[in-house]
Amino acid sequence: MANDVWVVVEHESGQPKKISLELLGRAGQLALALGGKAVAFVPGRDVSAVARALGPYGADIVYTAQDPLLEPYTADAQTQVVGEALRKEQPTLVLIGSTAQGRDYAPRLAARLGAAIVTDCASLEVDNSSLVATRPMYTRKAIGTVMYASEGIRIAVVLPAVYPVPQADPKRTAEVRAMRIPLDAKQIRTKVHEVQAIKRETVPLTEADVIVSGGRGLRGPENFALLDALAKALGAAVGSSRPPVDSGWVPHDYEIGQTGKTVSPQVYLACGISGAPQHLAGMSGSKHIVAINKDPNAPIFQLADLGIVGDLFEILPKLTEAVKKAKGGNRD
Amino acid sequence: MDFQLTEEHRMVQSMVREFASKEILPVAAELDHTETFPQEIIKKAAALGLMGMVVPERYGGAGMDAIAYVVAHEELARASAGVQTIITVSNSLVADPILRYGTQAQRQRYLPGLCDGTRLGCYCLTEPSAGSDAMSLSTTARRDGDEWVLRGTKAFVSSGVEADTCIVYARTGQEGARGISAFIVEKSFPGIAVGKIEKKLGIKCSSTSEIVLDDCRVPADNVLGDLGAGGKIALSTLDGGRLGIAAQAIGIARAALEDSIAYASERQQFGRPIAEFQAIQWMLADMATRIEASRLLAYRAAYLRQQGQRYTKEASMAKLFASETAMWASHKAVQIHGGYGYIQDYAVERYFRDAKITEIYEGTSEIQRLVIARNVMERVQ
Amino acid sequence: MNIVVCVKQVPDTEAPIRIKPDGSGIDEMGLNLVMNYYDEHATEAGLRLKEQFGGTVTLIAAGPERTKEALRTGLAMGADEAMLITGPGLEQSDHLGMARVLAAAIKALPHDLVICGKLSTDDNASIVGPALAELLGLPQATAIAHLEVDASATTALVHREVEGGVEILEVPLPALLTVERSLNEPRYPSLPGIMKAKRKEIKTSTSTDQKVAASSRLTKLVPPPKRQAGRVIEADADKAVAEIVAFLKNDAKVL
Repeated sequence: MANDVWVVVEHESGQPKKISLELLGRAGQLALALGGKAVAFVPGRDVSAVARALGPYGADIVYTAQDPLLEPYTADAQTQVVGEALRKEQPTLVLIGSTAQGRDYAPRLAARLGAAIVTDCASLEVDNSSLVATRPMYTRKAIGTVMYASEGIRIAVVLPAVYPVPQADPKRTAEVRAMRIPLDAKQIRTKVHEVQAIKRETVPLTEADVIVSGGRGLRGPENFALLDALAKALGAAVGSSRPPVDSGWVPHDYEIGQTGKTVSPQVYLACGISGAPQHLAGMSGSKHIVAINKDPNAPIFQLADLGIVGDLFEILPKLTEAVKKAKGGNRD
Repeated sequence: MDFQLTEEHRMVQSMVREFASKEILPVAAELDHTETFPQEIIKKAAALGLMGMVVPERYGGAGMDAIAYVVAHEELARASAGVQTIITVSNSLVADPILRYGTQAQRQRYLPGLCDGTRLGCYCLTEPSAGSDAMSLSTTARRDGDEWVLRGTKAFVSSGVEADTCIVYARTGQEGARGISAFIVEKSFPGIAVGKIEKKLGIKCSSTSEIVLDDCRVPADNVLGDLGAGGKIALSTLDGGRLGIAAQAIGIARAALEDSIAYASERQQFGRPIAEFQAIQWMLADMATRIEASRLLAYRAAYLRQQGQRYTKEASMAKLFASETAMWASHKAVQIHGGYGYIQDYAVERYFRDAKITEIYEGTSEIQRLVIARNVMERVQ
Repeated sequence: MNIVVCVKQVPDTEAPIRIKPDGSGIDEMGLNLVMNYYDEHATEAGLRLKEQFGGTVTLIAAGPERTKEALRTGLAMGADEAMLITGPGLEQSDHLGMARVLAAAIKALPHDLVICGKLSTDDNASIVGPALAELLGLPQATAIAHLEVDASATTALVHREVEGGVEILEVPLPALLTVERSLNEPRYPSLPGIMKAKRKEIKTSTSTDQKVAASSRLTKLVPPPKRQAGRVIEADADKAVAEIVAFLKNDAKVL
């Protein structure tokens, strides 16, 4: 309906992804302000379990669109199904996570519907009945405020970790409605050969609450093992600044910064990272920053909440042990 | 009057800046500390057209003008004065005189190779006892049939170890400038060898050596320009060379300034960045001002050259002022860095060592003043 | 193979930007404007395919007259032709409007592949690529980190980075691709290339798109909130570890 706020839900192994829950929490608040309902839209092969999980997180209505052709994800199928659903229901606002999928199909969807779209939203507010987003621009050297035109469907592609996952209320349920949206195999022009999982024992960067990141100061690829060990102990993800990527120590998907990923975890632990602007562009939105560097003049200390001038090769192994001890608590 | 670089100049600037910051800057300190000749970098520079910048396209060059040359060489020297030395010597002291004084056959034989990096040039004028008084050189060339036989020792030859195409000045006649002729000598000719390799204060990745000519036999076709014109060729070549050194000095000075600004903004003393202290700001302001003045002098000298006008005085002024600026600015940069400026973890000690050569080679500051004085007094008379 | 590469001119990311006092945008005075570096990767991808299959690489941009400089950079890298679309409405246009203008021009060109950067470093929007694919009716692959086109030039096999893995995707041509930085290492424009680019004509046309009214607009631009430096301590390993653990426990509350 016209004042509803939708979330297009991403899911994996029968569970909604963290980003979708974050968006659902925000959708509830915005729907309240706009006088509509928070609606979750779940496309996929078999999404019944996902659909059931969404009520406790604030969905008023859950629409499912089930079709085997929706998995694995393709831009063609997703755009078709989400597009048709939106055409039919005409919500005022659609929240899509800024993920590999969201960034892929959301602009295509906007072009198809002629809908207003704002990407990389770091906040989304209703201000005097108009909808306003803020977003990092100029490689995070500026924050822009963008106002949507008031007509028609509006799409917001929202950054991960800007809104908290709402507290689940197990008693709360949502009405689940199945939508029938025709999808023809011929409409899907691309073919996914496979999705190769990158085997890591640590959490993916964009979903981590804690990130342990290494820079030139690690001196070589072998020393990333120190970060892996600490990350494992903390339940954290491992990232890097650009020099280790350029030197081939770690793959490109580790890179945080202007030419890599933008992250905003609870804690960012920068090890041997000097803090070049190119790197700061990707991590300065972190809630807490801890930096270890041997150079007291390293610019990273200008924004770290806790800066340690010291030898990371001595500190990291001891820190890993201490974290294990702290996490192990009484079980040790 | 138009003080803007053209679009073409700006493109050259941004390309060379990117090349220098990606390919040269990351290894500049290591090349310096290990005194390693940057073979790979020279190859890449050649592929981009940097080894034959002002050589016309028909000889394999890029066909650019002198301002583009100054712009490019500032960027190269910003990253590494040593690497830039190798490139400017081959361009301005070897390819350029071959282009201007060479026969068609000589141009066709040497220029394409110099441009594409299969050849590298060096310039053999100075001798152990003929430095500033270059025209007193004592290397001799005597005619023997279809060949000239060269005998003598050349000193302080930049790229002397790696270069294969040498411009050698030798005495073919009377004393003084008019008895000197220029020769294009290939390292493969019999009787030419690398002598003592010097250990230097700065520009350490470029080699400096003696070139020993022990009855070196050079085909008569390899005389560059007229017999007896060597003195004139040497001096006019140095006018162009001085543009390259001015650009080098500007690059070093800019490196000193940029590093100082970065350091002063980061370094905290007495609870604030040292950049907030006037003592530091004044140094930065003076550095920036002198660099800008150097650049304008160099651009103007280059402009006169490409207009086909005489630019000896202006080239000397640019070289003199820029090299003294480089020395002064790198000296201040070390001071701003304090103890950190004196150790090799920071680059300013390298700038300080590299800067000194710009006041010495291709004419010392004293020689530049002499040239300038002669030119200004000439006008009064 | 006919390859069209979309190019945008943006402020050099290495340099700081100045935000206008009224927050309406950035001050372009003295700003160094360059080709968006993802577009350099897109141009490089086009040039490599041309070297492999023959054909032409055509650069296209929509923007003010000064955008020609970015196009000339691409020509100096080795692109065959370049065209610029200007128009009074472009300034007010949003990303979808820009995609519409580009789509109209590209429709008139033969195109087996349209290649864009994955985003431009000014707006950081990453909208134009996929929107353009939709408007041209082409299949898409975004943010690709690997690209192979089969010998008959009928399909492209690409790798895309996705959360926790790599998606290997087959895309039939004609198609639209947006490229990631790790796809390739762009060549430098060579000096002879710069001279050649100087002699090439950049075709300019004026957009007649009437529907430029933006569906969203930037109302304010401010610098990002400045973080305050916290405590910096020089410490041996044991003291450092104690400090960090205390911080993780008490301040960040993740332990």
